[in-house]
Amino acid sequence: MADDTYIRLDNVGKVYPSKAGPVEACGEVNLAIRRSEFIAIVGPSGCGKTTILKMVAGLQPYTSGTITVDGRRVDGPHTDLGIVFQDAILLDWRNILDNVMLQVDIRGLDRAAYEPVARHLLASTGLAGFEKHRPFELSGGMRQRASICRALVHDPPLLLMDEPFGALDALTREQIAMDIQRVWMEKRKTALFITHSIPEAVLLADRVVVMSPRPGRIVEILDIDLPRPRRLDRVPERFNEYTGRIREIFRATGVLAMD
Amino acid sequence: MIRLAPFFGILVFLAAWEVLVHLFKVPAYLMPPPTKVFGTFVQEFPKLLFHGWITTYEMLLGYLLAVVIAVPLAIGITSSNRFDRFITPQLLFFQVVPKVAIAPLFLVWFGVGTTPKVLVAFLISFFPIVIDAAVGLRSMSSEMNDLARSMGATRWQLFARFRLPTSLPYLFSGLKVAATLAVAGAVVGEFVGADKGLGYLLLVTNSNMETALMFATIVALTIIGLVFFYIVEFLEAFLIPWHVTHRVREGAGTM
Ligand SMILES: Nc1ncnc2c1ncn2[C@@H]1O[C@H](COP(=O)(O)OP(=O)(O)OP(=O)(O)O)[C@@H](O)[C@H]1O
Ligand SMILES: [Mg+2]
Repeated sequence: MADDTYIRLDNVGKVYPSKAGPVEACGEVNLAIRRSEFIAIVGPSGCGKTTILKMVAGLQPYTSGTITVDGRRVDGPHTDLGIVFQDAILLDWRNILDNVMLQVDIRGLDRAAYEPVARHLLASTGLAGFEKHRPFELSGGMRQRASICRALVHDPPLLLMDEPFGALDALTREQIAMDIQRVWMEKRKTALFITHSIPEAVLLADRVVVMSPRPGRIVEILDIDLPRPRRLDRVPERFNEYTGRIREIFRATGVLAMD
Repeated sequence: MIRLAPFFGILVFLAAWEVLVHLFKVPAYLMPPPTKVFGTFVQEFPKLLFHGWITTYEMLLGYLLAVVIAVPLAIGITSSNRFDRFITPQLLFFQVVPKVAIAPLFLVWFGVGTTPKVLVAFLISFFPIVIDAAVGLRSMSSEMNDLARSMGATRWQLFARFRLPTSLPYLFSGLKVAATLAVAGAVVGEFVGADKGLGYLLLVTNSNMETALMFATIVALTIIGLVFFYIVEFLEAFLIPWHVTHRVREGAGTM
């Protein structure tokens, strides 16, 4: 691989111990993610997508293989990143601005320097005027936007997203997907994006990693060669070819029923 | 208007009580009418105040002692599995022992002074606080834990910035339950052996058939309990407004 590889997974696998015996979540995962690349992972429920994301973040130890990020072996939480989870997980006792600033406070960064960044991010995701609101006063979509701002405020080189739209309605999903594309085009962060939605994967990613049912294996990696900014309302012919190809793989691996 | 509804209910109840006592000519030593109880309450107010203060003092001391010991204990239990395995079975054991049954023992050990009352109030308010605090300290989601670690939070930050605030609503529900129990604890302590306090006054009025004063004493105990409960609730509203406002909003929807 070229030396602009930022994240490298080398034959990575994870076996969880459990009362009913060991459970292999995923295995033989080989993937090299280039700096500034947007990678989407799609796969059936339980194939180890969250596990892979947590292993990359150093939040979950891997049981075989090696993971390196920026040339360093991952062997514990590494913090040069921002994570967006399926739920926004905002702290009830902080207002929206302070929730974004949590990232700054915990890292001991200079509050005065980052507050304008936080405000700018909130404004650019349509949350201007809500800085002093409490999380419960916001809709689910607004909360998730705030959590995306929190993942970005310290300007990390890596953005990890685990089904960030999972709990949202279709319209909100699409809006936030466009937000993410815009931010990514501005900042060109390396992004690892996990989703259940094939169109969302094709919309956002440079490459889509398709996984098999558990124990998860990478079945195919598709290069998505579409110009940006991409839009969901006027998709080119090739867009549908990509989504069709991914569906085909899912049918072949028994994830989607033949029809 | 809605806020006045409970008072209205109490008024109806008192009026019915008054009417029924007169209607059936119930003797006052069995069941004095509320007007007589009120009269006695006013008349004997200095006495009630004196004994009430004693009971309040014992209750507060026992309660504060419980808070000061229970909260660190809950932190210990939830921070160390070893400590948890060591202490939790014993806690459960002491929780099951009826506290009322231990009160006479305290009398033997510590005499008729303040100590046994404080200890019963302590024991009774202790368990709800430990248990709810521990539940609260364990209630943080694993995702929040991941979030904190991805920010490089230290152990201390994880505790002080995430785990502890998450636990506060649970802690306060334990504190409120304990607040209502602490009065009962002090009174039980006084029942077993005392020469002052509202529990003592209850026993005396009982044996003298001063039923009106007995009722007035019960009213005084109820007032102490209520005031104490609302003080804790006020503290809650002050310390975790984010939780309380949330609850108020949810409640408002169902009214
Ligand atoms: N903490 C754990 N302990 C034991 N087994 C686990 C644990 N976390 C996940 N697993 C197992 O590992 C497998 C993969 O889990 P993972 O959460 O990575 O799947 P996923 O692809 O993210 O699924 P979904 O799309 O439903 O989120 C699952 O079969 C699950 O049973
Ligand atoms: Mg998952």
